[in-house]
Amino acid sequence: MSMERKTKIIAEDGKQDILITREFDLPVELLFRAHADPEILKQWMSNPYSTAKVLKFEAKKHGSYQLESADAQGNVVFRSNGVIHEFNPNDKIVRTFEMEGAAFGVQLEVYEFEQLSADTSKLTMHVIYESVAQRDQLLKLPFAQGINLAHNCLQEILNPSK
Amino acid sequence: MNLRRDVFQAIADPTRRAILLLVASQALTAGAIAANFDTARPTVSKHLQILTECELLEQKQNGREIYYQTNAQNMRAIADFIEPFRQMWDDRFNKLEAVMQQYKNTKA
Repeated sequence: MSMERKTKIIAEDGKQDILITREFDLPVELLFRAHADPEILKQWMSNPYSTAKVLKFEAKKHGSYQLESADAQGNVVFRSNGVIHEFNPNDKIVRTFEMEGAAFGVQLEVYEFEQLSADTSKLTMHVIYESVAQRDQLLKLPFAQGINLAHNCLQEILNPSK
Repeated sequence: MNLRRDVFQAIADPTRRAILLLVASQALTAGAIAANFDTARPTVSKHLQILTECELLEQKQNGREIYYQTNAQNMRAIADFIEPFRQMWDDRFNKLEAVMQQYKNTKA
């Protein structure tokens, strides 16, 4: 498998949206199916540290969905949900996404599926957040989880416990 | 043990960002850094302590003086803070591609 960086992210300073693009060695029908079939969705949404579960998935206009993410021990880490505004096979999905119980707000996601050749396709995800601050906070999340899982010494330095 | 701190909280403060910019061009003593700010010396010391704890600044002994310099590796991590997010999606999409290629083969 090629090790080149295929996924590109455009996040301009001071804006409240991001653009994620990726080209796949897959026909557009299969790329779309990966987003439309809950059995397949949960497979690629899972990783060695977290297992995705699909609680609800109505793949249609006015439909809604709810996902759950559990850690390696099976503890639920978070649930997410949203409503589907547009669901056009092999073309476009418009939906909202919200992490339940988190202060990240609701984001609007526009997925565009494009056929490049019989065996290749492209996905463009346009994600719009409620504010610049919420976008930046969410972008930093994987970084923060990676290096700062247990310690937030700044809080201790700035507000020493009395 | 070497504890990593939250560098993003460290750079949330404008004075700390100014300190990093100042030190980025040359290693400076605490006194030389403080001379650039109107804020009280202990406040600047506190900022230096936080930036050092967060491993954005390093102390270097030079004779009797302690100089502060930037930690180049961690400064790069801030500049490229979007990379872990990109990596997360890249991993996810690589998996999607692998899952669907297998799916295609079983259907073929």
